Amino acid sequence: MSARLDAAGVGWDVAGARILASVAFAAAPGETVGLLGPNGSGKSSLLRLLGGLARPSAGQVSLDSVALSALPRRALARRIAVVTQQTATDVEMTALEVVLLGRIPYRPRLAGVAATDLSMARRALASAGLDGFADRRWSTLSGGERQRVDLARAFVQEPDLLLLDEPTNHLDIRHQLDLLRTLAASPTTVVVTLHDLNLAADWCDRLVLLCGGRVVAAGTPAAVLTAERILEVYDVPVDIDAGPDGRPRIRYRR
Amino acid sequence: MNRPVLPVAAGLLLVSVAAAVTVGSADLSIGDVLRAVGTHLGLPVRPLPPLADSIVWDLRLPRVLLAALVGAGLAVCGAVLQALTRNPLADPYLLGVSAGASTGAVAVLVLGIGGGISLATGAFLGSALAFGAVLLLAGRRAAEPTRIVLAGVAVSQLFSALTSLIVISDAASRDTRSVTFWLLGSLTAASWPAVALCAVVAGAGLVLCWAAATALDAFAFGTDVARSLGFSAARTRLVLFALTALVAATLAAASGAIGFVGLTVPHAVRFLTGAGHRVLLPASALAGAIFLIWADTAARTVFAPQELPVGVLTALLGVPVFAVVMRRRSGTP
Repeated sequence: MSARLDAAGVGWDVAGARILASVAFAAAPGETVGLLGPNGSGKSSLLRLLGGLARPSAGQVSLDSVALSALPRRALARRIAVVTQQTATDVEMTALEVVLLGRIPYRPRLAGVAATDLSMARRALASAGLDGFADRRWSTLSGGERQRVDLARAFVQEPDLLLLDEPTNHLDIRHQLDLLRTLAASPTTVVVTLHDLNLAADWCDRLVLLCGGRVVAAGTPAAVLTAERILEVYDVPVDIDAGPDGRPRIRYRR
Repeated sequence: MNRPVLPVAAGLLLVSVAAAVTVGSADLSIGDVLRAVGTHLGLPVRPLPPLADSIVWDLRLPRVLLAALVGAGLAVCGAVLQALTRNPLADPYLLGVSAGASTGAVAVLVLGIGGGISLATGAFLGSALAFGAVLLLAGRRAAEPTRIVLAGVAVSQLFSALTSLIVISDAASRDTRSVTFWLLGSLTAASWPAVALCAVVAGAGLVLCWAAATALDAFAFGTDVARSLGFSAARTRLVLFALTALVAATLAAASGAIGFVGLTVPHAVRFLTGAGHRVLLPASALAGAIFLIWADTAARTVFAPQELPVGVLTALLGVPVFAVVMRRRSGTP
């Protein structure tokens, strides 16, 4: 149902450029961990390595103490679902067909879509607030609708670990809150990159702050999000109050 | 909604084969065609007169069957390559195969290279050489669509230039007309051995591609999504690139480079079946077969006794179809 994720000494080089350097990372079973950092800090790259979409140049990522590189892709696909930032627009599939992709890892190689897959995908669309969108073509959906279809695809994959890159992109505030509430309540281990520091502080159990491909801070939202650190990493002056629940509230100065 | 498409198309294909064999300068009925086929299959039917029998069995039937196989194979290759590269303009000749086939064919026909090997063998070797050059040029990351497509463009240009060079170097030759005919794609060389070879290769190609239908669905959103759904993206792509190149090279060796079938048919079929490859691939095969049977029937009869290269006709028919597809694609469903 939920998995433990560890990364130790992870580095990643692309064409001689160092994207990530000796990153240590851990997510306990069931935790929701927020990955923060300015543009180009290496969040998306780290997420791809954590999901096994690319092999790190150094170090190792492991799921429940087993190295990802030792697991077959198909076995991995039943345990880890990844939603990367979606750029495809010209796809001829319907919303339902896209959600059904998430059931592929469970299907015998030559088999077609099973009835249970179909009902599961329809339920996932409904709980994403997309009732009646099943037969809509992907190319006709709005950015937010596409994002929610993509998330539904990840949910029907029934992962132990869910990796999401900027899932709140394109979502209106209600759907952002719906999503984060679902993630926080879900027993699945979640790693999510976010730009909105307040949403991250409100909904994540722990935060990891990246800058220049290195981990600058990791811990509870209150420990990570201090005014000095935000000034240092983002070059933005802020005021921070502690909310009634002890989570930090960040106000950006004009 | 998708279910009736395949049986209906299969029925249409059978009718098309039988009907297309009746069309031509000698008047034959569908009954005559069935009698000739029955005779050769050893069934107890009254044989046709020898001349009519020969027209059906030696001339028209192999040609119609070859058209069906080439059309089916090209359409499947096109559908697979469009999915793998996520490029709606991809066609079976994307990876240098047709340019290589042309060079191989003219090398044999005009220069007499190969010590008496057949034109088809020369074309196949040319295709294989061109695909090898594409892999070499694309290098270690040949599984990346952008790289292999660019390499395919470069190699196609190179082999087209070589073809032109060979043809021009021998401008006085009376071979020029037959070379041109072949370059445009034509089924005049149909024979039972060619039918058998194409049946084996195109049939195996269709089955293997169909076995990869789910993987092709997963590639709709690119490499990362395919990987996260459990596919080894690079290996799947390379195997399917090589498979489609082999099928396209075999078909090009038998019939030249017939254009537009592999590009247009999959787009048209998607409107009927949707994007899922488990239905799209067999439906494209059937539609490609039917389309090329009738295009070739028109090519050999419209200006009879003169023949048009069927590639000219598929382009003439394919462009308007493509225009309709483009209009539908840009609009809402």
